[in-house]
Amino acid sequence: MAELDTSGGGKHKGGKIRSKKASTRVDLTAMVDLAFLLITFFMYTTTLSKPKAMNLVMPNNEDKRAQLPIAASRSMTILLGSNHKLEWYMGEAGKTAPTVDNFGAKNIRKAIFDNKQKVADTHSGEEKLMEVVLKPSDKSTYADLVAILDEMKIAEIHIYAIVKISQLELDDLKKNGLQ
Amino acid sequence: MPRVKVARKSTAIDMTAMCDVAFLLLTFFILTAKPKIDDPSHATVPFSTYMIPVADANMITIAIGKGAGRDAPFFAVSEQDVRREALTAMGQKYGVSFNAAEQQRFSVTPIFGVPMSQLKSFLDTEPAQLKNFVQTGIPVDTTNNSELFNWIFVSRQAEVGLHQKLLNVSIKSDAAELYPMVNEVISVLAKQKLFKFDLITQMKTASDK
Repeated sequence: MAELDTSGGGKHKGGKIRSKKASTRVDLTAMVDLAFLLITFFMYTTTLSKPKAMNLVMPNNEDKRAQLPIAASRSMTILLGSNHKLEWYMGEAGKTAPTVDNFGAKNIRKAIFDNKQKVADTHSGEEKLMEVVLKPSDKSTYADLVAILDEMKIAEIHIYAIVKISQLELDDLKKNGLQ
Repeated sequence: MPRVKVARKSTAIDMTAMCDVAFLLLTFFILTAKPKIDDPSHATVPFSTYMIPVADANMITIAIGKGAGRDAPFFAVSEQDVRREALTAMGQKYGVSFNAAEQQRFSVTPIFGVPMSQLKSFLDTEPAQLKNFVQTGIPVDTTNNSELFNWIFVSRQAEVGLHQKLLNVSIKSDAAELYPMVNEVISVLAKQKLFKFDLITQMKTASDK
């Protein structure tokens, strides 16, 4: 897009030869082209979605004084199995048959919310809060662990811990083909 | 009747404003651009709804990803002077001495995953050849004396000594990583009385699925 010379040519007929008055305007087209090219480059190379962090607090197993018993009536245990599946049960292991469930809003999230409501309805005072015990098996993935910790945040469960899975629970996972 | 003369207008557009905007944006992108760190662990982190931004400074990051064929932890600490100090301390522990060039190389290596026995040859490799260097990950076990344990320990010591600060620890693991490896890293941290740490995730919205 070169600038057109619209000043009309023609030779000077006689008289003084005047020096041509040069326009002070600079053609910026090339500069703008270059600037946008670089903008495009930097836009593509910068990572706009910065990684986010999830904070996790693990219990100190050595500090015996800080260990409190878990009330069976208001505790939910979630077992993470293989193939992104899980099992959950309320109360003590072996007494209630675990339910096999999937991740997602309609499955485990709904179960957590339902159980939380049930606990809140049947308890009073400080005991209204449900406790969740998370037990990842050796076949579960890191993504499962993060997903279930995320559910804790979504369901606003404040009391939860990651605990080692027991043989009884492993056997049950195996029975349901999740191990 | 005389013809109506249409004034001839120049086809040139004033680009000054456009140019200004373009350079303004360019400056913004240049200043916010961060060089991508070539992460040898190639960990694809899982999604979560957490929105806590990851700190840039005073961080130990333990990445868990595919080392050569097996899952292995990689180690990263954000400060260059802490890296240098940690290398010296690790060298003393394992009886390896590093020359000035190797120390310099280590202080500009953002993340690595090689055992102490290979660290010297790793640091002697030309930068151009580094892509071909197979990083097998830092050895880790359940004892109090694994290499990963010591790397974390000496880095924390160095940070306290140099900056009088505590290092934050974050775990950046591949989504498909099986739990035992993650558990091993967590228990290494627990052995050093580190019970609070961050898990690095990507953001998603809660209404998914």
